[in-house]
Amino acid sequence: MDFGLSEDQREIQRTARELLSDRARWERVREHAENRRSDEALWKELCALGWPGIAVAEEYGGQGLGAVAQSVLCEELGRVVAPVPFLPTVLSATLIEHAGEQQQRERWLPGLASGEMLGAVGVARDGVAELVIGGAETGAAQGGVIVLLEGDSARVLSAAEADIEPVDAIDPTRSAARVSTDPGAGEALTGDVAGAVDRALIAVASELVGVSERALEMTLEYVKERRQFGVPVGSYQAVSHRCAQMLLDTEKARSLSAFAAWTADADPLKLAEAAAMAKAAASDAGREVTAGAIQAHGGIGFTWEADVHWLYKRAQIDAAWLGGAKHHRARVAAMLSAVSAAIPT
Amino acid sequence: MDLTFNERELAFREELRGWLAQNPPVPEPTDGGEDAHYAWRRDWQRRLYDAGWAAPSWPAEYGGRGATLTESAIYFEEIGRARVPMAANVLGLLLGGPTLMVWGTDEQKERYLAPILSAEEIWCQGFSEPDAGSDLAALKTRAVRDPAHPGEWLVTGQKVWTSGAQYSKWCMLVARTDSDVPKHKGLTYFLMDMEQEGVQVRPLRQITGEAEFNELFIEQARIPEENVVGGVGNGWKVALTTLMNERAGLGFALQVRLRQLLDDTIASARENGLLEDPLYADALAELHIRCEAIRLLAWKGLTDVERYGQPGPEGSLVKWLWSDTNQRLTQLAADIVGPQALTAGTAWSYELLRARGNTIEGGTTEVLKNIVAERVLGLPRMKVTA
Repeated sequence: MDFGLSEDQREIQRTARELLSDRARWERVREHAENRRSDEALWKELCALGWPGIAVAEEYGGQGLGAVAQSVLCEELGRVVAPVPFLPTVLSATLIEHAGEQQQRERWLPGLASGEMLGAVGVARDGVAELVIGGAETGAAQGGVIVLLEGDSARVLSAAEADIEPVDAIDPTRSAARVSTDPGAGEALTGDVAGAVDRALIAVASELVGVSERALEMTLEYVKERRQFGVPVGSYQAVSHRCAQMLLDTEKARSLSAFAAWTADADPLKLAEAAAMAKAAASDAGREVTAGAIQAHGGIGFTWEADVHWLYKRAQIDAAWLGGAKHHRARVAAMLSAVSAAIPT
Repeated sequence: MDLTFNERELAFREELRGWLAQNPPVPEPTDGGEDAHYAWRRDWQRRLYDAGWAAPSWPAEYGGRGATLTESAIYFEEIGRARVPMAANVLGLLLGGPTLMVWGTDEQKERYLAPILSAEEIWCQGFSEPDAGSDLAALKTRAVRDPAHPGEWLVTGQKVWTSGAQYSKWCMLVARTDSDVPKHKGLTYFLMDMEQEGVQVRPLRQITGEAEFNELFIEQARIPEENVVGGVGNGWKVALTTLMNERAGLGFALQVRLRQLLDDTIASARENGLLEDPLYADALAELHIRCEAIRLLAWKGLTDVERYGQPGPEGSLVKWLWSDTNQRLTQLAADIVGPQALTAGTAWSYELLRARGNTIEGGTTEVLKNIVAERVLGLPRMKVTA
């Protein structure tokens, strides 16, 4: 029993933290967000390090390091609200790798793992997916790939086969689009779509953990400095107890996300339940903690310059992505008739 | 990251589970009140003791098994899972014994540890006072050297929330021995014999109707010098050792108990058709998620202790989350189970009322939030005007 990261995983975390604290400072994030453009230099650098393919099997050009290592990167990129198409690309690769056939994996994964190809995942109704995160950039790129989930099925198509209409999401650090297709366009992913979506959920949950963690850190810095009535506002329990609640929410989401990532690598029978729990907890935490961050910053927190709003906006998108907390709690409730996972039998 | 158990741990669980299956406790007494109930728990601890299962985390030289932290956690999971009674001398086993192992003299360890294990001598905890609850170091019970009998202390004061005092031989007593130094520095930790005239025990009836707790009225009680633990004036540090042990192991048993209550509630909801109701389903799923988070955070806390030698923030977070979750659960259960949960004397009505104590005992939620804010998040301490 060991709940900590391995030495290799901690090395990945250290490297990512160091790199991103230099390359993704707020002024750079803000600049790219305001121009509604990805940070291409940063994206190239991440691709050179093999980040988009960290969990993709080596035979398809990835690093094959597993879901836990990928979660570490998602957390770190979430912390800085990195303006790169990492998560949409990783999610499309995850779905193709775990729900696709051999020939589909061979066709799409090498490009997605190297980052030469961009991907996006949408949830469609009658062939139309609203607000597909990463969609506009994928549509504009050479050889972009779109995965559309509809009901219990999924299909993959090249972006050229879809009608992609850019949309401005509230979080401008990643592009978005409305994607419409002919009902028969692309190829069906005929494997375990539900299992693949569960793996995708873990990546989103991990990004939310990183977003929450950073929102709490910024809040702590602020409430230790900001003085009113002659004392730091963080010495008031109305403020400090909310900060404690932010930590509890974050740690709850973190433990469940870590558990889910571990099941993806080591205990697939528990994956569905663990992923649903992680996404439910992380969606709630992301919203609550980033909202708490704005509140604790007071009037400043409501301004464009204070930067906490980037975390709030990213959290709103991620919380809803691939289903919100209520959706995933409903899934958990449906599983409650099964034997409880709590005690090893 | 590896959330599996090694061979040794699996064998430990297997052995304990096998023993518990073959040696179930005798049925819980239905009459005879709290005394009969306590005798039943004492008998259960003797059986654990005879089989070497009373305190596996104690070192072998003191009668334990030298179990690792993980094995100790497995122990409490299995004890909780088997729904066996709590050992009678729980405070001696979890708090008193481990405190003596750190601070006690060789003579004290020799004298006191074995009777704790066998439930021959029951221990209670004399920390809180009417005016010193969350602010424990403000306690007023005084101990002075008896001028007429050198080598003896005389103690006068009042203690409260003393569980099991009526059955106890020894009390872990923190008293003020020096009023001229800052409040944390003038305290001393004693072992006080409960069987003397100067100690009167009065039961405190709680909202459940039972009396788990007592008040202690101490008037010129005698304590010999050799019963000082950790040195005169060092009581705060010794008391902290006791308090840290309070939150360590027991968490796993509480977490399993929560799981059982939740499983019972889910079963009831299924029977009533309420599991199909989206509002109930959402609430039950949230409780299930919290229950799992508590289990994971408790294990994560163990990893931190094993890796870094000290618990991370999880200890306070787990207690906070557990107590809040147990209260929510028992409230929801009252809705799901129906009239039975509101009928006096039923198991569910007991849980509903008893849960109110969870956010108060062992550190109120408000104090836990202060601890998290100050010690984990590094926020400035609120200025207290004396």
